[in-house]
Amino acid sequence: MRKNIWKTNGMQSLIASLICIILGLLIGLVVLLFINPKGAFGAIGTLLKNFMIYGKASLRLKYFGTTLVKTVPLLLCALSILFSYKVGLFNIGCSGQYTAGCCAALYAALKWGWGWFPCILFAIMAGAVAGAIVGVLKSYCNVNEVISGIMLNWIILYLTNTILSNVKEPTSPYTYQLSQYGKNALLPTLGLDKLFNNNANVTMAVPISILIAIVIMVVLNKTKFGYELKATGYNKNAAKYCGMKENRNIILSLVISGAIAGLGAALYYQTGIQQWECTTASVPGMGFNGIAATFLGGLNPIGTILASYFIQHITLGGAYVDKTMYCSQISDLISAIIIYLCGFVLFLKIMMNKAIDRIEEKKALKNEVSKEGSAK
Amino acid sequence: MILLIQYTLIFSSVLILVALGGCFSEHSGVINLGLEGIMVMGALGGALAMKYLPIAIPGFFYVLLVLLAAILFGVVYSSLLAVACINYKADQTIVGTALNMLGTAAATVLVKAINTAENVNNVSSEISYIEPKKKFIAYLGEFEFNWFMVITIIALVVAYVVLYKTRFGLRLMACGEHPQAADSVGINVYKMRWAGVLISGAYGGLGGICYILAGVSIWKFEYGVAGFGFLALAVMIFGQWKPHRIALSALLFGFFRALGNTYTVFEFLVNMKLPSTVYNMMPYIISLIVLALTSSHSRAPKAEGIPYDKSQR
Repeated sequence: MRKNIWKTNGMQSLIASLICIILGLLIGLVVLLFINPKGAFGAIGTLLKNFMIYGKASLRLKYFGTTLVKTVPLLLCALSILFSYKVGLFNIGCSGQYTAGCCAALYAALKWGWGWFPCILFAIMAGAVAGAIVGVLKSYCNVNEVISGIMLNWIILYLTNTILSNVKEPTSPYTYQLSQYGKNALLPTLGLDKLFNNNANVTMAVPISILIAIVIMVVLNKTKFGYELKATGYNKNAAKYCGMKENRNIILSLVISGAIAGLGAALYYQTGIQQWECTTASVPGMGFNGIAATFLGGLNPIGTILASYFIQHITLGGAYVDKTMYCSQISDLISAIIIYLCGFVLFLKIMMNKAIDRIEEKKALKNEVSKEGSAK
Repeated sequence: MILLIQYTLIFSSVLILVALGGCFSEHSGVINLGLEGIMVMGALGGALAMKYLPIAIPGFFYVLLVLLAAILFGVVYSSLLAVACINYKADQTIVGTALNMLGTAAATVLVKAINTAENVNNVSSEISYIEPKKKFIAYLGEFEFNWFMVITIIALVVAYVVLYKTRFGLRLMACGEHPQAADSVGINVYKMRWAGVLISGAYGGLGGICYILAGVSIWKFEYGVAGFGFLALAVMIFGQWKPHRIALSALLFGFFRALGNTYTVFEFLVNMKLPSTVYNMMPYIISLIVLALTSSHSRAPKAEGIPYDKSQR
């Protein structure tokens, strides 16, 4: 018998995510209608259009490139959270690991003048160390990874502000521009900038991030290591009983998770698109938006690519909203609503399966009746 | 020195209130990671009340109304957690995190909208409450006595009595330990968990308004509450989910948090020439160390984090 396509996990995840997005936008629309009924539909439209609001095709292409560049760190943060979530850990410390990566990459680039590749490696290491702390605390001291992750986020944020103050512009809170003081660390563009109307920020980071997503999918689904990690996630004790080193797996998964987040920071800041602000008072939202992207993507690396793009798309779209009526944070609001709704995905899937079962039962009943009829 | 005591007491009050909130929720079996968002909402409710209530209302009723507004916002907001985690069996970690993000985003959007509606050029997310704040404070010589210190003690006693001396509290704790057993003797687990989460919303809301009244008289809602909800969770774990121990551990954490605000008055601390960020990091570092040392022996409510399913054994 042919398998019902509606019953496959991927299809159901896709439908559930689409429902979450649509409901999230609708609730966002209602909130906007409350704030100012005049421009609500226009504002939601602007969010969804993002760079499409430009009339010229060349400008659209350029800002499409910018959106892609900003999707890279979000995607990697999302993958970082996804990877640890498969092992049953919720890596909310991803923001901190991302910040650590940023700190390492920028400091190496601006202070020591390192090239782009060692800078990336250094950032990966910084993220991995931050992840390792959470992992060790979790596996040996039984500290809840969410709480230790949050604490580390703040510690790393303050540390980064202090360390990067050494390489900041004397008159502003921002670090030096890479294009002036750290040319070596700028990522090669591989000619991709030409594709996007000479947007110099589009670099090899974009293809690398997609490559990483694919690698993670292969590692999780096709290797023994990935299988062990998932087994530890499903049931720690059973995995231990089968001879898997569950403590090692927990630490390793958080190290890898941290490394991915650190890489995300390097791939973003080393394009030179943004400088670190040394007076930053709150942990970067990348890691938190990454949570949205992970769950919206149905915990699937390929789905995560699409979901991160979507979230970044509406976040940047928020910048174009009419400021006299709404603020740009409405896109944060909508992504937060979407994550909240993602909590209901399990329930949605159960409902879908029930509906499918009912339909199939009816069909089977009909078949039987018609068979009996023909037999007589 | 007086300043240090004053700040220690007020920050401990915040931590005690919020940690007690977490305590009620976890004893009923629901991990409330959304405390941070609930605090923001409570703060928003209180701040809006202070913005719109006429200042002429006598002090006692004024304070009462502000507190009620904060509690109301906290309770309503926490019902979002309850409905998702209890009725629809959603992952408590995801929903809690979503509530944290939603709290800050919603408060920012709302306050900005209010500010912009009043004055088109005002795009800040600030609410100031310089006059109303005075109603919460009494001066005992140099010591700035904040009524929240009293409120916290009352809340602490109430929490202790409710949890350990009433039928409701004992039943609530049973639902967090072994919900199936509780159900078998006729306790409605869903209702109990709803009660636990809503109470935690009330405490969290109180903690939120207390937090923004602690040091400043102008609040920028974009910043959220800087991880205080999670610090409170650390306090709760360090306090082993017991109100009296929570109070003691909150004093410890509050002290280190207060040190960050006041270290400049101590000569020997200034002489050490540590950068100020060290003091900012202090509460977080201390909590990590304390958690690392104490967590392996901690005994959390057994059924916390697991959605209750009647049909399961």
